[in-house]
Amino acid sequence: MTETFGNYSIIGKAIPRVDARAKVTGEAKYAADIELPNMLWGQIKRSPYPHARILNIDTSKAERLPGVKAVTTGKDFGGFKWGWSRETRDEEPFTTTKVRYLYEGVAAVAAIDEETAEEACDLIEVEYEPLPGVFDPFEAMKPGAPLVHEDRPGNMCVEYHWSFGDVERAFAESHLVREDTFQTPRMAKGYLEPPAVVAHWPDPNHLVFQGAKGSPYFPYRILSRLFNLPLSNVRIIQPFIGSDFGGTKNDMVHCDYAAVMLAKKTGRPVKLVYTEFDELTTCLRRHPMWITVKTGVTRDGILKAIYLKAIADGGAYTRMSPLTMFLTGSCMTMPYKLPNFKYDGLNYFSNNPSSAAMRGHGLYHSRFAADVQMDMIAEELGIDPVEMRLRNAIENPAPGKVYETVNEVHVASCGVKECIEKVAEAVNWKGVKSGKRVEGDKAYAIGIAAATYNSGTKLSAHNACAAVIRVCEDGSVNYLTGASDVGQGSDTVTCAIAAEVLGIRLEDIDLKRVDTSFTPVDPGSYGSRVTVLAGQAAINAAQDAKRQLLEVAAQQFGVKAEEVEIKNKQVFVKSNPAKNMSWERLVRTACYETPGKVIIGRGYSTQGISLLGLADFSRGVGDIGTNYSFTAQAVGVEVDTETGMVKCTDDSVIAHDCGFPLNPPAVETQCQGGSYHQGIAAALYEEFKMDKGQTLNPNLVDYKRPRAYEAPMTKVEHVITNDPYGPFGAKEASEGSCCSAPPALVSAIYNATGVWIKNLPTEPEKVFWALKAKKEKGKGKK
Amino acid sequence: MKGKAKELELTVNGKPYKLMVKPKTLLVEVLRDELKLTGTKTGCRTSSCGACTVNIDGRAVRSCSVLALQANGREVITIEGLANGEKLHPIQEAMVEHGAIECGFCTPGMVMSARALLNENPKPTREEVREAIQGNLCADEGYVKYIEAIEIAAEKMRGGQ
Repeated sequence: MTETFGNYSIIGKAIPRVDARAKVTGEAKYAADIELPNMLWGQIKRSPYPHARILNIDTSKAERLPGVKAVTTGKDFGGFKWGWSRETRDEEPFTTTKVRYLYEGVAAVAAIDEETAEEACDLIEVEYEPLPGVFDPFEAMKPGAPLVHEDRPGNMCVEYHWSFGDVERAFAESHLVREDTFQTPRMAKGYLEPPAVVAHWPDPNHLVFQGAKGSPYFPYRILSRLFNLPLSNVRIIQPFIGSDFGGTKNDMVHCDYAAVMLAKKTGRPVKLVYTEFDELTTCLRRHPMWITVKTGVTRDGILKAIYLKAIADGGAYTRMSPLTMFLTGSCMTMPYKLPNFKYDGLNYFSNNPSSAAMRGHGLYHSRFAADVQMDMIAEELGIDPVEMRLRNAIENPAPGKVYETVNEVHVASCGVKECIEKVAEAVNWKGVKSGKRVEGDKAYAIGIAAATYNSGTKLSAHNACAAVIRVCEDGSVNYLTGASDVGQGSDTVTCAIAAEVLGIRLEDIDLKRVDTSFTPVDPGSYGSRVTVLAGQAAINAAQDAKRQLLEVAAQQFGVKAEEVEIKNKQVFVKSNPAKNMSWERLVRTACYETPGKVIIGRGYSTQGISLLGLADFSRGVGDIGTNYSFTAQAVGVEVDTETGMVKCTDDSVIAHDCGFPLNPPAVETQCQGGSYHQGIAAALYEEFKMDKGQTLNPNLVDYKRPRAYEAPMTKVEHVITNDPYGPFGAKEASEGSCCSAPPALVSAIYNATGVWIKNLPTEPEKVFWALKAKKEKGKGKK
Repeated sequence: MKGKAKELELTVNGKPYKLMVKPKTLLVEVLRDELKLTGTKTGCRTSSCGACTVNIDGRAVRSCSVLALQANGREVITIEGLANGEKLHPIQEAMVEHGAIECGFCTPGMVMSARALLNENPKPTREEVREAIQGNLCADEGYVKYIEAIEIAAEKMRGGQ
């Protein structure tokens, strides 16, 4: 049985997801399931070079192929450039001058079926002048290296240099200073649903776009600007989304541009669906990073200073790299108290596919490095790793108080100590010490790590999140939101919040997924922002509708509105519950007996921004989150000391401080999934193998993904801190455990074998050679 | 491109079909494109993600790994064929009630793998459950609640519900 939290009618208990039935019966339509009458199929012509100048594109043969209805190239887009922000618009829908990564799109075709479109792509003749390329940041930064973008000297994509306190002095005063370099792999996002889209133009001034987009208001704005259409004429209808995890489904990929342009040219709906090969060779990836951490501590293991240097491969275009590098640095000052901090973040262009946001965005890299290093330092000082973390952990601020980091991040609730304690207790850390056990060739141990993640992320663009509640005359409710549920469960919790505030049942609420013609604008599903901000919008909209209804009830009861309450669909006078009526009756009365009342509640989120302002990327200060989640995690491993093969064991526990679990089972799956699919996977299995811009393992056989037979049955413990900035106290769930999983796993391997793997993933080969080296070193000593 | 069409006779969700199908057409293509049964998802088309898993004569098969003509004379069950009107199949019910479903893209395939397992082995061990769904990739929920939901369903089904 799932635990329940708080004293509420709906939230804090296990809430069945509002969309689960549609999903489990196969009724839920995803983008690739959409078919429109008279629809054409599109296909993309891609470059066979990772870096080459385009000399000429001849589409005439393709156009003459029977069944082909239109061909488009970059020239049709009239010089349009786009990017993550106004300052970083460095990408064309289809490049016109040169290609910057292998299989970059150069043209697209619409035809009567997929096969004809594919055949037509083969008939497009492109003349290239191949150019030398750069394939990792160390090549890219060399003087005289080929330039990915001619106007970006040194291939510098984005750099930050921040300093807080006096790092040099703190190092000089430290008892121990240690420097280590770690590496994180280039990774696929992991979602199974490939990018897919159907676009059509009902008339020349209206565009309808149905695509696999977790942030539908990105294409809304981009397409408005591309076609010079008023926003009112750009209609993005959101199908169900087969997960997102940042990047590809945030903004645009070639199939999106192909569909809208080919639909415009042909006057017919055009559909494109990416193959696994398209996805794994061209779509956005997690940044590979080389992270150097220099840390100074006192004799007691108290952190004095950290100097963090992160070098990243940004790939061909800027995309979200400015945010990645900000997050990688900014959140280093949590979850441990850090009085002095210096950061150099350097992100270089290369002729690899572009890197972008991914679950655990930014923080995952630096937290992995720093938390593993914390175990190394603890060992040098002879301090228990759990004790070391507890000594440094940020305390939970007293109610009304806020903890401010050295880079002006504000934490109003922090359960990291409790998380660490809970996890240590759950795995009996003290009892088993590090939990090491050897049976034949198998060594077993547990590792522990802690992490934080920003939630309710707010950027410098439009941040508000809104909801509209329409109370129908029979008492049923339509909930309109611009927020996107890509699987995290936000549709369920926002409906639950609305029902809780209104005093009705969850099943009385019908949620409308995003349709930009009707739903209010919203930034999208990223940065663990949805529940925190859309949740506040839900509260405000529900309160607005409720206020209107309470006025009517007050009139009926002859009391003041403040004296009336609604609970479990009963409307009653608080001081005299015998004076009551049903919810339906109240709504009917409001609609029919007061002249012209139509109950529409409106609300939007303001909390995070009005209170805390926005972060300053150039100086590295301020709040990127509305609030911050905290996580501690224990990961158990079995290491085969003969083969180097590492498996997770079921000794795996996550304690997560999400402030308040609005839907506890959803918090659990979010934590388990965030940890396993994008955390453990990064630490144990996943990496794109590259050769001069070519992805050598672009399929899910050669590119190892975590599967059920090796999945740890991770337990989740809830830590309640009731954050004042979150809806009903809530903060994010999932990205925190995505960041705590890799360091916990690497520490567990060390605890089992005595070898540190600093370069992820910890493939058997790496572990094998590390064990061998350790053995030989041991022999040498003897 | 895919050769000359041949006749295919099969039963899908209890309904007999007679279709003309080109030899290279995959079963998943017939299900999704011809019969419009889009509950069966296409993730990879390389038989590695399991999103297109259906049951053929009761066994879990990735419908992108077989040609449509190989299903000739067979009985195919897809996710659309499980619920009995409003009443969900116990596996579906357990997945909904236990909160196992997140984005839902892998769910139909996961359910079909679980159905094949429980038809053959009503009392599977945890290891057997894990093995039965090892061909079904999930990307977001961590498998824990899927595994538990299948165990809950198995118990329910043994109880004769």
